[in-house]
Order: sequence, then C-alpha cells, then structure tokens
Amino acid sequence: MKISREDVLRVAELAYLELSEAELEMYRLQIDEILEYIGKLNELDTAKVEPMAQVLSDDQTADATLREDLIVPCAVAEDVLKHAPDPEPPYFRVPKVIERQ
Amino acid sequence: MTTNWTIDGVKEALAAKKTSARELAADFYKRIESRNPELNAYLTLSPERARRQTDKVDSLVAQGKPLPPLAGVPVAVKDVISTRGIKTTCGSKILENYFPPYDATAVERLEAAGAVILGKTNCDEFAMGSSNENSAYGPVKNPLAPDRVPGGSSGGSATVVAARLAVASLGTDTGGSIRQPGSFCGVPAMMGSYGRVSRYGLIAFASSLDRIGPLASNVKDVAAILQVIAGRDPHDSTSTTAPVPDYKAELEKPVKGLRLGIPKEYFGEGMDAGVRKKIETGIGLFKKLGCQLVDIRMPHTDYAIATYYIIATAEASSNLARYDGVRYGLRVDDDSLLAMYRKTRGAGFGAEVKRRIVLGTYVLSAGYYDAYYLKGQKVRSLIAQDFRDAFTKVDAILTPTSPVPPFKLGERTADPLQMYLADIYTVTGSLAGVPGISVPCGKIDGKLPVGLQIFGAPFGEARVLQLAHAFEQAEGAAV
Repeated sequence: MKISREDVLRVAELAYLELSEAELEMYRLQIDEILEYIGKLNELDTAKVEPMAQVLSDDQTADATLREDLIVPCAVAEDVLKHAPDPEPPYFRVPKVIERQ
Repeated sequence: MTTNWTIDGVKEALAAKKTSARELAADFYKRIESRNPELNAYLTLSPERARRQTDKVDSLVAQGKPLPPLAGVPVAVKDVISTRGIKTTCGSKILENYFPPYDATAVERLEAAGAVILGKTNCDEFAMGSSNENSAYGPVKNPLAPDRVPGGSSGGSATVVAARLAVASLGTDTGGSIRQPGSFCGVPAMMGSYGRVSRYGLIAFASSLDRIGPLASNVKDVAAILQVIAGRDPHDSTSTTAPVPDYKAELEKPVKGLRLGIPKEYFGEGMDAGVRKKIETGIGLFKKLGCQLVDIRMPHTDYAIATYYIIATAEASSNLARYDGVRYGLRVDDDSLLAMYRKTRGAGFGAEVKRRIVLGTYVLSAGYYDAYYLKGQKVRSLIAQDFRDAFTKVDAILTPTSPVPPFKLGERTADPLQMYLADIYTVTGSLAGVPGISVPCGKIDGKLPVGLQIFGAPFGEARVLQLAHAFEQAEGAAV
C-alpha cells in the first residue's frame, strides 16, 4: 500500500478540501493504484538527468519576452467585484480571520 | 441553405451577397436550437455578442470594404477560455456564475479577424478528462454515434464542428484534449507548439502543458484559425516571438520525399484491432504520396502516462488553489475562513478534479516531492529527448491519436487509471511541447471515427498542416 487514509486526510487538509468518508476511501484506493502504476518510473536511472520544468529554452523566453513595465489602465475592478460572492466595494468580504481569546 | 460551410465558403457567399453574416448566424442558431438539447455541446449561447459582430461584418460588406480573414465565420469557444461578460464555467459548479472581466487573447484575435462567436462549449471540468463525462453540466453525446462519448476534454468543441453547429471552434489541449475528441468526432484538430498561441485568458489547468488550438471541418480551416490566433502576446510571457509563417501558402507544398517516422512504441499491445487496421492503411497512403517511411524508436513512450499524471496534477493542485470562495465563483458560508474554504472547495469541485487535487498535492508534499514530482520532471526530459532525437532523422512522426475508438457513455467512468492509460499517444507530445494534429483516418465498420496523429518538430506547424492537408486531399478520411 502506497497511501494510507491518514495520508489522504493530510493532503486534503493541505489543499483545504473537504472530503466525505466515502470520498476518502474511494480516493485512497484509486490513488493507491495510480501511485503503484507511477512507480514504474523507478525502472529508469535518472541520476544524471536534469529536471524539465518547462518546454521553452531560455533563449526563447528570456530577453525576448521580458516586456517594459508599463502603466496601463485596467478598469475591471467593478466587474470583478460585481460577481464576487460577498463584495463590499472596494473590498471582498470574508469571515473573520482573527479570533479573540 | 447549405450546412457544410467552410471559411472560404462563408467568404464567397458574403462577397457575392448570397447571405449576410446575420442570416448565417441566425441559421446556425436555429440548428443549435434543434440539435443541442440532445447533444449538450453548447453550455451558453451569446446571441447578443454575435449580433454586434455580424452587424460589423455586414456593414463592411455593404460599404464594399475588404473583409478580414474570418469575416462572418460562426465559431464556438471552449468554456475554459475567458469571454468578457459571457458566462465561463469551465464545466464546473464552482464557476457556475462566473462572468470573466476580460477576453482571452485568442478570442480577441478571432473577433478582430471577423469571426462570430456563437457560444461556449461543454467540456470536462477544468479540462480534466478524456470523455467529457466529467462536466458538471452533463456529458456531450458523440454526434456520429449518440450512445458514445465525443472524447474529451474539448468534447463540445469537437461535437459542434462535427454536427455543423459551428464552422470551427477553439479547444484546449493539456494531454490530448483537442486531438482525442477530434479523433472521436472525425474532425481535424490541432495543438500548436507550446508557446505558439497565447494562453492569456485560458483558465489554467497545468500551465507548462496547456495550449489553445483549433478544430474545424477541414485542415485548411484549421490552418486559417491557427494563423489568426498564433503569435506573440505581451500578456503571456510563454508566448514566443518565433515568426508565424503563412500556413496557407505552406499547405500546398508537395509532401513527396518527406521522411515520416513510425515509432514502434506506438504500435504495441493495447491498441484496438480496428484502429490498428485504419492507421496502417493511413500510413500506407502517405507512402503512396511519395513519403519515405522510417522505423524509429522512442524508448521512453511507455513512461509518459506516469510522468504526465504527476506533472499535470501537481500543476493543477497549485492552479486550482485560487478557487477559495473569496473573489469569484461559489462560496459555501461558514463562520470560520478555513472552514469556508474547505466547504466551498468540497462542494464546488467534481470527483475527477478532487482526485487530481489530492494526487497533485500528494506528489508535491514534503517527503514525496523528490520521489514523484522531481522524478517526473526528469523523465519528462527523457521524453523530450526522444522527440529531439527523432527529429534529427525524420520530418514528422505518425501515430494513432487514441488506442481506442469512441467508447460507450459510462463504460469507463468507474476506473480512473484505465481512463488515464488511453491518453498514451497524446501525452508524449504534450510533455515535449511539440505540435500535433489529429486527422480523420477512416471509420471502423463505417461508423466509429479513427484519428491519425502527426507530430512535428517544435514550431513546425507548417509541416504538420502540410502533411495533414495532403492526407485529407488523398481521401485519408475514407481509408
């Protein structure tokens, strides 16, 4: 077994994701199977291989794609707030974060 | 009025005043109204926005002014691509009432070229899926076989083209999500090189893999759409300055003498016998066209699914952190902020998205990062190297798009790993960043479409389109 119920709970907590008991067990089984499959990567010796985080090489993304830092109008605040779950223009309102002892 | 519109056909009909852009759009909406309840391919229609655009085009025609390249062409846009003021759900409940405050660059460019956006197409939730069954708004039916899936995740975008409910569409491809539904619905479907088309306004799934690309009823139209949406965009730092060639001019170039690689690893076990037969016949057609077939090896192909599902889920777990019930989308109230986050995300995301968030968070978490995420990144290097090596020997690579033909609705939903494994022929090119197209390559028993995939070298879209066009002209769809 690659992944335990506690692992799934820990990960769901890291991801702020509420899971039901049924989901917990289903994901444990399915992800265990997927991780088992992923284990086949260990057949490959990658000690001397560089990790690849992205496709484009530096010469395609460095100087060529750094733009001037320009100030341009971006009048979307009203639209954005209009569809927010609990707007209090110009703010988003959220439940209280700081608890009083 | 005909239903078999092409981009050139629309242009000619408008110029000859046989129809107007407004009439044409109205005709498409009429057909959508009649067919969409059954197909479920469109989630949202945008008739007002379409009307503003058709008025512009019709006024150009009336004034005898030159028409832009996509003037009056009715198109559809996948619902993970932002459209200002038009609901964009990503196929998710968490964005059930999301109205983007800006347009994706690809959308802006389509409209600047005169295209008429009819609406937004259904897809797997956040583009995660290979059957369109992961949409919170119900599955799409394959228009060629209504008991079967249209493929995914751009199932709606493929369906509307195949059912003639749009002349062309935009899809997105992270591990095969344009090419595989193109294959399942019998339409050409293209993913350009990573960096070819701006991702600005594409709601992110896996940022190092996500790409926007076109689907259309023929390769020439695919090329025409790509022409318009390709090229550098200051809003996406990963869109490159590599020049965009004139794809239409390249299309007609002869393919005789081109070297086409046939990688042994793509023809192993697990491929449906009917698919194999069609693909082999299709490859034979290239030989008849004078291409040289070359046996090649791509030894890391078998590791691509494992690599892909590490990298894609890791990036997804990070990208989807933004859905927290604060700024947009669903909120499930609670007195505590953290409980509000948990409940919102628990209620708003569907089963596949949660599965990928859990897996992606796990492979990135302390103690597992090196064993999974770093390992995946290293194997990704090896897979990209397979492609680089291949392109020192050949001009393009031919493979099946999918090992299986369109399968029945509900047939594969119970086993996520089996569903992932069917992405084997498409995820390789996604990881390597190369361009790829799926072109129709016959139908099994005259019913179920098969797609042939052509991979090109990075920024070799012209070569890919040229080969696809030659194949199509040689009746490849009827092999």
